[in-house]
Amino acid sequence: MSPARAPSGRLAARLVPYGFLAPAIVLSGLLILLPIAYTLYLSVRRIEVFGLGLGAEGRRESFTGLSNYQSAVTDPELWAGTLRIGIYGLMVVPLMLGLALVFALVLDHHRVRFRQVSRIVIFLPYAVPAVIATLLWGFLYLPEVSPFHQTLEALGLPSVDLMGQETVFVALTNIAVWGGTGFNMLVLYTNLRAISSDLYEAARIDGASELQIALRIKLPVLTPALIMTALFSMISTLQVFSEPVTLSPLSNAVSTTWSPLMKVYRDAFVRDDIHLAAATSVIIAVITLALSYAFLRLVQSRAFAQEER
Amino acid sequence: MSTTQTRTRNRPGNNRRTPLLPTGILLLGTLYCLVPLVWVVVASTKNGSELFTTFTFWPGTSLFDNIGELTEYRDGVYWRWMANSALYAGFGGFLSALLSCLTGFALAKYRFPGRTALFNILLAGVLVPPIMLAVPQFLLFAEVGLTNTYLSVLLPSVVSPFGIYLGRVYAAAAVPDSLLEAARTEGAGELRVFGSVALPLMLPGLVTVFLFQFVAIWNNFLLPYILLSDDNKFPVTVGLYTLLNQGASQPVLYTLVITGSLLSVIPLIALFLSLQRSWRIDLLSGAVKA
Repeated sequence: MSPARAPSGRLAARLVPYGFLAPAIVLSGLLILLPIAYTLYLSVRRIEVFGLGLGAEGRRESFTGLSNYQSAVTDPELWAGTLRIGIYGLMVVPLMLGLALVFALVLDHHRVRFRQVSRIVIFLPYAVPAVIATLLWGFLYLPEVSPFHQTLEALGLPSVDLMGQETVFVALTNIAVWGGTGFNMLVLYTNLRAISSDLYEAARIDGASELQIALRIKLPVLTPALIMTALFSMISTLQVFSEPVTLSPLSNAVSTTWSPLMKVYRDAFVRDDIHLAAATSVIIAVITLALSYAFLRLVQSRAFAQEER
Repeated sequence: MSTTQTRTRNRPGNNRRTPLLPTGILLLGTLYCLVPLVWVVVASTKNGSELFTTFTFWPGTSLFDNIGELTEYRDGVYWRWMANSALYAGFGGFLSALLSCLTGFALAKYRFPGRTALFNILLAGVLVPPIMLAVPQFLLFAEVGLTNTYLSVLLPSVVSPFGIYLGRVYAAAAVPDSLLEAARTEGAGELRVFGSVALPLMLPGLVTVFLFQFVAIWNNFLLPYILLSDDNKFPVTVGLYTLLNQGASQPVLYTLVITGSLLSVIPLIALFLSLQRSWRIDLLSGAVKA
């Protein structure tokens, strides 16, 4: 069955969908497309300082070609930051999705207990803002507060700084995993619920164990959802900002340029170099777009198959 | 498969004991997710010195003192932050849900030139790093004198590529074409077709988009952090962050930060628990059964 067609011939009828889309188009244009265009414009401009740089005549904006991009890519801090979130992402994404998958499969186990309450509790951290989650864990990492430190002390073991140069990766990974597992678990679990249970009944009668059913039947069904959640998690990892910013007052290991977005913020608002910040954010956007291209293809081919029927 | 379906439906595993390993895994996960939440409840009962001297999960005696102190702090600025968050998230979430459903309906139920291109452009917004938008949004708002206003935080929250995507998936699944045709045959205008036929059918989708957006806006930090400088307009996330930042030099503020964190988490958790049945998480993966 094909979707409704606007009655052809009459101009007014053909304009209807555009009318419905107008608010979204206008708002997106002003709040997304215009800022993107402005960023691109800013990224090829720079401030030239004349004389002492005082007054309106002292500073003039001019076209500068790709020089901002050159300074952005040659700044080792950008790549150090990219490497840091690369490591962070390699820790967060597999761990978070692995846990989400295990919890989803276990929730779907037909005889498991405490299903209702654990599903809700594991999902709860999603309701906690990243800033608050970081605050809570940040305090739990402090030696004076942490049960971890108290346990080490009681056992007579040497203390470990949970927010040192290397351990801060673990600290941030834990915050991201805590906050994100439940949401991904629920996405995977609802996918599992959509499968007809006759399939499992049949397999059980044929003598398959629950583990075999999980690995041989459920896992293949979940593959598209897993790819989608992985791509979403990758995008949000690349854009991590709130967690390291919130942790920085509690830890010396989080510099003002720890993640690439933090560097953009510093360049734009602390160093007042809006042009370098613009070029850097374009570079981050291009990297994100390249990684996300596959996602868009996937979403379109899968989610809208039903419309085209 | 077809042969096995006809067999008797006995469930060989039904009488066995609770599976220990899967149940154990679930309980461990539950425990892990509860640790910081239990801690913040306990820690907000401690006063400044108890916080750093008593055992982590041992309650103190100062919960009401802490709440009182937080309320008095700079003439109740904390409750102002909470009210701001509720305003940004409630109003922004509502407008966003309405816009997403209207846009999703148009994209799912009409065929017109440029449909795919428009959808791709609207959806591509999800891929743009928020700071790439927030920095120029700040500069552009500054041009029109809108920085540091409620509107500057509210407006960008209304456009949600993700919400539009959900709106389209939901409209495609929940609104039958025959019903739209019937309404049109009876002479209903297109706006009426949307308002009185499609929108009621899309209500569960509307609620889902509202909840997603409510949470996203309530949790947002970057945008208000960049756009606002007047702390009377801060949402609670930015407010508590500035408080923590000052706490680095005045540890007295730590108890306020902790009590504030607890109180800020309660409304969202309450909203979740009360509305969790209206959530259509299955929308996310396109696994919709109309």
